[in-house]
Amino acid sequence: MDFKGSDTIPGPRAEDQLPHTAQSAAKIVIVGGFGVGKTTMVGSVSEITPLTTEETMTQAGIGVDDNFGSASKTATTVAMDFGRISITDQLVLYLFGTPGQQRFWFLWNGLFEGALGAVVLVDTRRLEVSFDVMGRLEERGVPFVVAVNSFPDAPRYDLEELRTALDLTPDIPIMECDVRRRASSRDVLMTLMRFLHSLAMTGSLT
Amino acid sequence: MTPPQRQRRDPTPESPPPQEGEGKVRNPERMYVVAGPDGERAELDLVTLIVARAEDPPPSASPEQAALLRLCAAPLSVAELSAYLHLPFSAMGVLLTELLTAELVQARAPIVRQSRTDRSLLEAVMNGLQRL
Ligand SMILES: Nc1nc2c(ncn2[C@@H]2O[C@H](COP(=O)(O)OP(=O)(O)O)[C@@H](O)[C@H]2O)c(=O)[nH]1
Ligand SMILES: [Mg+2]
Repeated sequence: MDFKGSDTIPGPRAEDQLPHTAQSAAKIVIVGGFGVGKTTMVGSVSEITPLTTEETMTQAGIGVDDNFGSASKTATTVAMDFGRISITDQLVLYLFGTPGQQRFWFLWNGLFEGALGAVVLVDTRRLEVSFDVMGRLEERGVPFVVAVNSFPDAPRYDLEELRTALDLTPDIPIMECDVRRRASSRDVLMTLMRFLHSLAMTGSLT
Repeated sequence: MTPPQRQRRDPTPESPPPQEGEGKVRNPERMYVVAGPDGERAELDLVTLIVARAEDPPPSASPEQAALLRLCAAPLSVAELSAYLHLPFSAMGVLLTELLTAELVQARAPIVRQSRTDRSLLEAVMNGLQRL
């Protein structure tokens, strides 16, 4: 990396700076398959233009004779878009749009472990793409809600039919959304927060 | 038309470590930064907020450090620093450890999910979202 031009590294615009009173931040993860609308959702509610953080993953080659060093490894860059919502002068909420494949998750320390909860975005044209991610969240005890992003040519199912197909427990919220609309994305986030609140009330979160 | 059928999974007592060959972060031990007055090691989170302690970077700062210090004149998350500096998240640990040790920046710990998430926090978030 060439840092000779460090003076010119563009930072946040003046109006995008957090106040000095900002004490702590929390995060929410939006997870789903490629093209399901994660970046669109982040962008529709974020107060800043979505940014991207990257991580490099060295993928070991397939096979047993792998100990020849870098020759058998390839580096893959994984990107994650994120946005930000200032909640109060002290509290900031970050939203991360994360690829559905679990092998990417541990690249970012505590991404799921530390998140307040997750939104699983699904596309009914490729419902099965989200099966694994939901299972992983269940295994890790990460609370999530399901949001069905409605694409025009996608098959239409009734939400109860989808709940059955996705084998969701009755308490897990499932809703339709159009993440291009800020109000709709906000409703999804509100539903997640209400769900987390209900879990905090009953103490059923382990 | 019927949708494909999934089967729910149970929580595992301990989350399984990533499987062999699934991918590895370079230098995972550097994901920890020195934070707090006692110099204890704290996990560096994507949403740990970083703030520069002084207005201008000291002359001794490397160009990389100076760039970071200028960016966090106001609080900024590690994720945002990584994005603006075009550095992978794992590289942020190295840079921030140096700056925290030199007391050039302050780290503000994130709010992470707990067995019982603070209800007043969730209520504050809901109020904030309502204003969107
Ligand atoms: N019709 C429709 N298109 C959408 C919706 N959400 C996203 N898209 C489009 O789907 C494409 C992929 O969305 P993107 O947010 O990049 O998906 P990502 O890969 O999950 O981040 C973009 O061209 C979006 O404009 C939606 O709710 N309805
Ligand atoms: Mg995207």
